[in-house]
Amino acid sequence: MSKNLRILNNKFIDQTSRISFKFDGKTLYGFKGDTLASALLANNIHLVGRSFKYHRPRGIMTCGSEEPNAIVQVGKDHSMTEPNARATEIELYEGLEASSQNCWPSVNFDIGAINNFFSPLIPAAFYYKTFMWPASFWEKYEYFIRKSAGLGKSPTEPDKDIYDHRYLHCDVLVVGGGISGIIAAKMAAQNNFNTILIDDKNNLGGTTIFQQNECFKINNSFSNEWLKKEIESLNSIKNLTIKTRTTLAAYHNYNYLLARENLTDHLNLNEKKDKIRQRLWKIRAKKVIISTGAIERPLIFNNNDRPGIMLSSSIKKYIDYFGVKCGQKISLFTNNDSTYETAISLSNSGVNVNSVIDIRDKSNSSIVKNAEKLGIKIHWKHTVINTNGYKKINSIEIMKLSDDGNGVIGKKFKEECDCLGISGGWTPRVHLFTQSGGKLKFRDEDNVFLPDKSELNQVSIGSCNGDFELNEIIKNSVSSINKFLKVNNNSYENLEIISSKEVDKKNIWLLPSDKPLGKTKPFLDFQNDSTAKDVKLALAEGFKSIEHVKRYTTTGMGTDQGKLSNMHALGIIAEIAGVKMGELGTTTFRPPYTPLTFGTIVGRNVGEFFDITRKTPIHDWHVDNKAEFENVGQWKRAWYYPKKNENMHDAVQRESKAARDSAGILDASTLGKIDIQGSDASEFLNRVYTNAWSKLEIGKCRYGLMLNEDGMVYDDGVTTRLGENHYLMTTTTGGAANVLSKLEDYLQTEWPELDVYLTSVTDQYATVSICGPNSKKILSKVIPDLNLSDEEFPHMSYKNGLINNIKCRVMRISFTGEHSYEINIQSSYGKSVWEKCFEAGKEFNITPYGTETMHLLRAEKGFIIAGQDTDGTMTPVDLQMNWIISKKKYDFIGKRSLYRSDTIREDRKQLVGLLTDNPNEVLEEGAQIVAETNKKPVEMLGHVTSSYYSPNLKKSIALAVVKNGKNLKGQKMFVPMKNKIINVTITDTVFLDKENKRLNAKL
Amino acid sequence: MFLINCPYCGERDQSEFSAGGEAHIVRPKQPTELSDDQWAEFLFMRKNIKGVQFERWNHAHGCRKWFNMIRDTSNDKIHAVYKMGEKPPTK
Ligand SMILES: [Zn+2]
Repeated sequence: MSKNLRILNNKFIDQTSRISFKFDGKTLYGFKGDTLASALLANNIHLVGRSFKYHRPRGIMTCGSEEPNAIVQVGKDHSMTEPNARATEIELYEGLEASSQNCWPSVNFDIGAINNFFSPLIPAAFYYKTFMWPASFWEKYEYFIRKSAGLGKSPTEPDKDIYDHRYLHCDVLVVGGGISGIIAAKMAAQNNFNTILIDDKNNLGGTTIFQQNECFKINNSFSNEWLKKEIESLNSIKNLTIKTRTTLAAYHNYNYLLARENLTDHLNLNEKKDKIRQRLWKIRAKKVIISTGAIERPLIFNNNDRPGIMLSSSIKKYIDYFGVKCGQKISLFTNNDSTYETAISLSNSGVNVNSVIDIRDKSNSSIVKNAEKLGIKIHWKHTVINTNGYKKINSIEIMKLSDDGNGVIGKKFKEECDCLGISGGWTPRVHLFTQSGGKLKFRDEDNVFLPDKSELNQVSIGSCNGDFELNEIIKNSVSSINKFLKVNNNSYENLEIISSKEVDKKNIWLLPSDKPLGKTKPFLDFQNDSTAKDVKLALAEGFKSIEHVKRYTTTGMGTDQGKLSNMHALGIIAEIAGVKMGELGTTTFRPPYTPLTFGTIVGRNVGEFFDITRKTPIHDWHVDNKAEFENVGQWKRAWYYPKKNENMHDAVQRESKAARDSAGILDASTLGKIDIQGSDASEFLNRVYTNAWSKLEIGKCRYGLMLNEDGMVYDDGVTTRLGENHYLMTTTTGGAANVLSKLEDYLQTEWPELDVYLTSVTDQYATVSICGPNSKKILSKVIPDLNLSDEEFPHMSYKNGLINNIKCRVMRISFTGEHSYEINIQSSYGKSVWEKCFEAGKEFNITPYGTETMHLLRAEKGFIIAGQDTDGTMTPVDLQMNWIISKKKYDFIGKRSLYRSDTIREDRKQLVGLLTDNPNEVLEEGAQIVAETNKKPVEMLGHVTSSYYSPNLKKSIALAVVKNGKNLKGQKMFVPMKNKIINVTITDTVFLDKENKRLNAKL
Repeated sequence: MFLINCPYCGERDQSEFSAGGEAHIVRPKQPTELSDDQWAEFLFMRKNIKGVQFERWNHAHGCRKWFNMIRDTSNDKIHAVYKMGEKPPTK
């Protein structure tokens, strides 16, 4: 069968190079140059899928990116399979495996097709209503919907392909390599504009490249021959880059565009390996010329969705470009002249054209005359009222149109056919223009939306600008380009162009049938299965806005974004609502123009490149010592160091005990460090922290709490005065970048008069923290000539030191409540100093501990962690840290907010301690706290913010925020969990060593 | 993606910048003398208009400088950029 559907055509298809592929498990053959769709058609396969809702058999309808039906699953490998690929855009390659989607168990026998017979039960917005109505509806239909709906299968394994992103800058970007795009690219490049021409097909030339018709000639050559020479001439032009197989996906403001280049999709399976599959070009163009052409419209009539019903111009492309006959007995149905080109092409290729059914009264154009000369029969003022054939069209029923076009008259007659070409006119592809923010205007004469106003440096030319005839396309494109590029190119001025002119126009959005609308199925959106009936129903149910009708009926919401259906939906709505289409407006086309794979979108930012990973200079030591890591922002922090057979709990208990009993060592390098210098540094700190700084002596450290202007705690940390005008501020690990930019903001915008300079030095210093009763002995071994006496080096002070002649700063500060030191040293020495401390501490069983133990130790002391015990709604008063709010300072960030009516409410939540009645019961962080257990609804008084089992206290401890908590000390509360209620008592936040004996112990 | 002309660095991609809300809202010099309502006005109330808006922007991944921008939010056209402390251009 396949042999006689091919005609010899060696221009675009290499019929000497046969390619085998599989469709639905069957091995088939095509040729190099075929698309999957053309190869299937050559094998007489039209039926390729089932529709979304009714599971009606659907066939290949178009030859391009607007294809609504022929969407297939490509590849069977779980990592490489890709759903929703358009058969019309897949270039055939050796080893291609594709299968139908949306049909189960098979495209030929599909259980969901039963929906077709129950379709009266699935009206417009069936899905919408199912989702929105009582939950019981969803429960009832879920199985049915999940089983039978859905488009394709997602891959279940990571994508093995390589994708790429690159930037591209140019003077002129030309989108679309049809005749107008080629003229534009040539003119731009010849005038020294650095020009890029992109086209989504593998060959340039658009539809003109296969337009060989007496009615379309340029300088006595067929238009295709003339264009071929133009394309050949591009090779010798400098400044011009041509990218084929490249789809413009998105056109953003400021002429920023994204294009997807297919690099290997057309290659044979064995050639694809290790190559970049697709590249996303991020383009900045000074000027953009859009020449994306037009999409042929279908006609909306009863049962217009059967396999074998195709766009007329696609039938022409299949015969003229691919050499494939879409049928043996083809009927054509139209409202315009372009179909006659198809009729002539078919006739010239020896395909029998039954007749052309034309809804117009007449047309006297040269192309129609030529068709008549070839003996092609035309039924003027007739319409197709029905089609027959389940899996493939086999006949059409025709009747004469009434004068007003609303009904049919006379006797109906049947015409047998195996393919029906339909054409409802042309829709300019204005998608990119509207994506870029351009506004459209409506041309009543042929019902098209055209580019109107744009803020950007761009122009639309050719049929995407509403010029559909060859002479207009060339003439208007050239003058637009001259104007747009401010050049004066007259090389196209004297062309002699012959072009058939269409004068007679007629349009009927919804064609009548001999049956009432309720008994017919005129499909609008083929992919989403919405009919003209659904749109009418939506309007009857009160929807007026086109955007609402679209969502309610799902018209235009498929993967094709309604490229074929939108205009008819608008037309029908306008008619019913009695408004002009131009006033109705159109729906918004959003990027991407055609779907992009996730792989293309993320490019190389996968795996370890997905996000930045920051590692401390001591990281390798933690790895060598088997630390488990925790992500804190972008940092990898040592979480705990399990010994053999230890789980996290065991390790943390051991580490916590060791740190208090003898010595612990912590990598604190991730804490944010900001170097602050300038004569106003003290004043600056006064303004950003709640407490006072002017009197802090040089060499001393102080804890500070930073608020937002709304009075809520933002960050905290210890700041050290290194000199008269020099401080080193530390911030939380996660807050470092935000604190710096907040401080910069105030300095630059509110207090530019302050002489202060901020520098982030987080990465420049490593911080080794040693704590515990033996920390002093260990430090004295590491820096023997440092006087560590309490008099010389008290708590909250700092000293400069030397380790192997390398300068370091040693702070005696503590986040654990133990005697402890932090050594800050140039990053590159971080690891060696850590190792030195570790070596020196061996005799004291120095124990490395991670963030979990750090959190536990500070919780024992009731120290907060900003971001864990606070959540952006806690003031320092809520934290019961009134002591840190300076009464004397006139102002600091957030001060005024501390006595707003809301922040002085008595019943705010306050930070408290919680002890469980059962000391072994550890609360869950985030658990709710209530005062009653048998009332419903019960008032949530607060929640647990930090919770641990303390090995030093041998009991469970927790911090929590509780409404009016400061007045509830000693009160019993309850923490209701899924299957138990935990009894707790509100306590003070400090659980261990309230008197700071450990901190001040004489060591 | 805009192209933003940083007053210190020149034209750069929007991804280098971060937006900082409405411009020309001066932090009160004497917050303590303000009523709750007056303080709330400064603290919370921001315009969000369709049309020409004065905004603060920060060249976060560049020179880190804050500057002001006049932008039309309806079409994202940037009419002017100017340094902090400078008066907005009148035209
Ligand atoms: Zn800058």
